[in-house]
Amino acid sequence: MKLKGAEILIECLVEQNVDTVFGYPGASVLSVYDAMDGSSVRHILTAHEQGACFAAEGYARAGRKAGVVLTTSGPGATNLVTGIADAYMDSVPLVAITGNVSLSLLGHDSFQEVDIFGMTLPVTKYAIIVKSAAEIAPAVRKAFKVANEGRKGPVLVDIPSNVFDEYADYEKSLPQKRKSLAVSQEEIERAAEIINRSTKPVLYIGGGVRASDCEKEVALLASKLNAAVMVSYMGIGCFDPDEPCYLGVLSNDNTATTAALKDCDLLITLGARFNSRYSAFDIIKKRKIPLVQVDIDKAEIDKNVLTTASVTGDIAAALCALNPLIKDNLNNNWTFSDFIRPKEIHRGAEIIRYLSDKLGDSVIVSTDVGLHQEWTAHNYKFKSPKAFLTSGGLGAMGFGMGASIGAHLATNKPVLLITGDGSFNMNCTELGTAVKHHVPLIVVVLNNKSLGMIRKLQLARGKRTPASSLYVDVDYAALARSFGARAVTITETEDVKIATDAALRGTLPLVINCKLGINEGIQ
Amino acid sequence: MEKQIISILVNNQPGVLSRIAGLFSRRGYNIDGLSVCATEDERFSRMTITVTGSAGTIKQIVAQLEKQEDVGKVMGFDGRKVVFRELLLIKIAVDAPRRGEIVDLCALFSAKAIDITADCMMLELTGSTEKVDAFIQTLSTYEILEIARTGGAALEKGLTSLCKSVDAVEEK
Repeated sequence: MKLKGAEILIECLVEQNVDTVFGYPGASVLSVYDAMDGSSVRHILTAHEQGACFAAEGYARAGRKAGVVLTTSGPGATNLVTGIADAYMDSVPLVAITGNVSLSLLGHDSFQEVDIFGMTLPVTKYAIIVKSAAEIAPAVRKAFKVANEGRKGPVLVDIPSNVFDEYADYEKSLPQKRKSLAVSQEEIERAAEIINRSTKPVLYIGGGVRASDCEKEVALLASKLNAAVMVSYMGIGCFDPDEPCYLGVLSNDNTATTAALKDCDLLITLGARFNSRYSAFDIIKKRKIPLVQVDIDKAEIDKNVLTTASVTGDIAAALCALNPLIKDNLNNNWTFSDFIRPKEIHRGAEIIRYLSDKLGDSVIVSTDVGLHQEWTAHNYKFKSPKAFLTSGGLGAMGFGMGASIGAHLATNKPVLLITGDGSFNMNCTELGTAVKHHVPLIVVVLNNKSLGMIRKLQLARGKRTPASSLYVDVDYAALARSFGARAVTITETEDVKIATDAALRGTLPLVINCKLGINEGIQ
Repeated sequence: MEKQIISILVNNQPGVLSRIAGLFSRRGYNIDGLSVCATEDERFSRMTITVTGSAGTIKQIVAQLEKQEDVGKVMGFDGRKVVFRELLLIKIAVDAPRRGEIVDLCALFSAKAIDITADCMMLELTGSTEKVDAFIQTLSTYEILEIARTGGAALEKGLTSLCKSVDAVEEK
């Protein structure tokens, strides 16, 4: 059957079971918007392409399939770069489709032309420039395959605008089921041998466990070993926080985790990389304790810390093979009650603990980046891996608004965004998108009229009056109302209860502007 | 630090070279030599990369290359029987009376004179990095006008073929 390039693109999205595309139209993709009209693919128009990209990411993080974002050439494409980089750092499956100028104009510095392929090379798993309508279907199918297989990640497909209007043959072809690669029995046995020698093991859980949906296998390994368990930001929700062995998020401030690393005789990491943010890993390097690393990406093994044994492969498959070889650790020396989990005492943490008690797992929680992100990671109890969405590797402020909208559209669940005034300022215009699509969204703006984390760093450097991180006093409630959202400003912690009750009763997004002192949680 | 020759077979299409070169610069790996060429199989190009690094770095480089979508096969020639050659073109200023000396040197190194003018000669040599270095060193007593030198090309001895090994993996 002969179809226009744009129609082939939409047919291919339908093949991949795509129901939602986040995007922003422009001259080079108008044919795609024509083809989308009347198709089963829903388009969500955002306020900014960055919001669309974060929404596609939120959709992928909360749901179980790749997110799709569509924009025009030039600035439309460059506005995607932060979101694509974010997906790359956190291994989120994302397919970004950009229109470009016509083939004949390509390379002439034409109006709204950029080399988005070249620009995104270091932050995409793969990228394709499509040069004829006949290449669209193979390119789109490959993009979804690459985004979803192995260590997941973003793929860019750049299509010159004239290609959308050319005709080519199209034949439907549904994606094949992915087979997971077998893990090496030799690696498993070596890992088991080292693990079985340990009496004080620590289990460190990362985003790979979330991607592999294997919390049950992880829980089994932890209970057999009686291991102390800690998570990375990407691993939050992959382990029951009420278990006595759970020490929380690994960070320099969480002394329970650093104490365990100082005392353990083995570290087992599951789908986690050793990021540079925390010096806690230096403890492991200094003490030269054995390390067993399980990761789907062979290039992660030995990258930042040398392993004693490693297993390359899908974590679910690896643990299914490993768990039967693990002896019940009866000589375990851990006394979990000895670990003191530090409790944060400030209004930000109190508000988050209240939200956690009240809303728990009934909502998906997303954050932006800053003090509020740390407070949420430390104080909200997550029991499901896909319930916490945060920009872990890139640390992109402005992530939360788009991610919240995408997460709701993927799951139909209500969403709680915990943010700060700095981050909210970046993409608060997406409130209009949330209102338009009736997203049940509670936005808690922990408003200290400053960039709290930056202020904290500046104060730590001895700067007495770090004026460069101060904001003017914005009335976020009035701002929210101007988008058609509901809003309230509160000054007392207790009032968050009344505000949340109101949020749950209505259908429109509600913004709670929580006024905090400028030094709350800092000094 | 050790020197390693890595041969990789990549899909023969635009953008692949920049993705691979970008990987090296982004991760801070140093390329000593690079050559790209067509192969006996038109689907693939062959890149021969010479790198210097610790054993750990070279292992990382191979792992990072292997996970690239456009890379069909990576072969580190560590410990394998391999033939490695570079090509050198060198132009020296030399007048007629001294040409004989140059011809003698060429005979010693199995180099060829490929262009001769009244006051200049262009020579061609293929060989290992060390041999090419030694030839340039020997000629340095003359006035060297210009040098063009390629990255290395390397092949494993025996019946092996990278292209065939890719097909063998795919059939599995």
